[in-house]
Amino acid sequence: MSGTMQDEPLFEVRDLRVAFGKHGNFHEAVRGISLSVNPGEVLGIVGESGSGKSVGMLAAIGLQSGNARVSGSVRFRGRELIGLPNSELRKLRGSRIAMIFQDPLSSLNPVMTVGNQLSEAILLHNKDLSKKAAMRRAEDLLALVAIPQPDRRLQQYPHEFSGGMRQRVMIAMAVANDPDLLIADEPTTALDVTVQAQIMEVLAELQERLKLGLILITHDLGVLAGHADRVAVVYSGQVIEQAGVDDLFARPNHPYTRGLIASIPNMAEEKERLFSIEGTPPALGQFPRGCAFNPRCVEAQDICRQLAPPIHRLGDHTAACHFAAGTVEDTR
Amino acid sequence: MLSYILRRLIAMPFLILGIVTLAFLLTTVVKGDPLSAIVSERQMNNPEVVAAAKARWGLDKSLPERYAIYVTNLLKGDMGTSFITRRPVAQDVMYRLPATMELVLSAMLIGSVVGITLGVTAAYFRDTAIDHSARFFALFGSSIPVFWLGLALLYLTSVKWGILPGSGRVDARAALPPVVTGFITIDALLAGNFKIFVDALWHLILPSLVLGWTVAGTISRLVRANMLEVMGREFILTARAKGAGELRVVIRHALRNTLVPTLTVIGYSFAYLLTGAVLTETIFSWPGMGSYAVDAARGLDFPAIIGVTIVGGVIFLLTNLATDIAYVVANPRVRLG
Repeated sequence: MSGTMQDEPLFEVRDLRVAFGKHGNFHEAVRGISLSVNPGEVLGIVGESGSGKSVGMLAAIGLQSGNARVSGSVRFRGRELIGLPNSELRKLRGSRIAMIFQDPLSSLNPVMTVGNQLSEAILLHNKDLSKKAAMRRAEDLLALVAIPQPDRRLQQYPHEFSGGMRQRVMIAMAVANDPDLLIADEPTTALDVTVQAQIMEVLAELQERLKLGLILITHDLGVLAGHADRVAVVYSGQVIEQAGVDDLFARPNHPYTRGLIASIPNMAEEKERLFSIEGTPPALGQFPRGCAFNPRCVEAQDICRQLAPPIHRLGDHTAACHFAAGTVEDTR
Repeated sequence: MLSYILRRLIAMPFLILGIVTLAFLLTTVVKGDPLSAIVSERQMNNPEVVAAAKARWGLDKSLPERYAIYVTNLLKGDMGTSFITRRPVAQDVMYRLPATMELVLSAMLIGSVVGITLGVTAAYFRDTAIDHSARFFALFGSSIPVFWLGLALLYLTSVKWGILPGSGRVDARAALPPVVTGFITIDALLAGNFKIFVDALWHLILPSLVLGWTVAGTISRLVRANMLEVMGREFILTARAKGAGELRVVIRHALRNTLVPTLTVIGYSFAYLLTGAVLTETIFSWPGMGSYAVDAARGLDFPAIIGVTIVGGVIFLLTNLATDIAYVVANPRVRLG
């Protein structure tokens, strides 16, 4: 570990682009995402479904589908991942960079015991470990995520677990090799409301204990309020605002973010109806001219329909809006 | 699980009795007169000969009587005597069944291995030249009539190029090894007769290839479709996110999830081929159950017809049971009870 470690981001994404299609007819789903995560930091990525937040993070670690074209730069501890051969990426995945997914039932192999799936994750990156030792480690992992009777649970199949328990298994599997970075893609979305809080608690506790860099992908800005250090708001395949979590909630600098915050249910206020942003996000390949958000934006002017907005910066708070506060940093 | 198997086994005798009864009754509704198979045409006008034949084969007795006699004998392992071969049907079956088993088992082995490999490869390289050729091969196998394929390959390999023997299970001049399993290949090995083993294997290749090809066609199409479905599931992404290599992802994670439907088809094909390999057996002069059944049907050889039906039925029952048990092993979500 060199002394520069602290200054260097753990994970740095620059101008990441992901396009889908074939025979030269490609549509960009991720249109130049840039963000970074420091060691031990929790970055929340928020956006509507289809905004490109999941697709982008999958592509960043080489898990894009076969018909995808990826460009840009993704650095993990200074090492460029884009263009790295799959054999090299495989050594990182599951060991240094782990990932958990939205639906814990479909994310676990239905015909393998939980013990076998956990020990597989361990053995893949510890080739000289015995199967027995891996199983013991798997048992410890289940205990780590607070699953009772871990020895018995190891022998069981995913369908014998409840939704929350399955997600605990996924988390246990993700931290099996003590990773530096964990990417959690909507980890609570498919779960019962009562279980969601428990899972977030498990995640937060492990993040702190293992000093994990955590990327928390969600469509629910409310989830991030208590858990993220910084937040990146993604719309139509671009980061439209990025700031520290308190700063973002206190001074949202983009109309879309303000809309998102307004649509978080609030127990204190008594409202007849929950606020919601009008309209739907643009479909793939049908992004409007100018700012992608302009057809839904209540503050849109002529310039928004003509020109893509530049990035405005206020300290470490950035926003891509023509009318955002701050100094213009970059015209895209 | 164990109690389930036990219950299935207990039900089996009743099912078999049903098959026996049905097979027996069906022969009585057939128009043809079995006497014509026993007594020569010239002697048909001689009442003494006809009466003697009737008495000899029990055809003078009433239907319930004949049924009772048949079932009693069957319990002793006696399936009656064939009109045509004049040998006990049970003995004929004991000779014919292993021949078919040997053929069908090796055909199933070829068909399953080739079919699964092709299906997996085609799915993984979807919409590429590899996929297209695999699918063509599969379609060819399952749509070309067996008799045409068999004859064409027999002509090429045996007649034209002379690289494979023509027909039968083994060289007709060879001294057969003592019967242990009835599989000539295995019996030859047990007897330490390597020459016969190679010869039998050589005879086995072409018919099992022909038969296996049709099976491979069906299996590969099924496996391909299922693999495409499974490869799109999220746990495949999980496996990749763990750092698993592609081979491990495909075999350990995806293929295992397609086993259940595949097992059904393998079980079904096996049972079907055991009695349905008629054309292949005929073309390759393979002395199996299929050709025996055809001869029996043509000669109104009722004891043989009933015998073949019963054996076929029992095989179907056993294969079904085996398939159901394999289900549980392959799919932990299935609970038998």
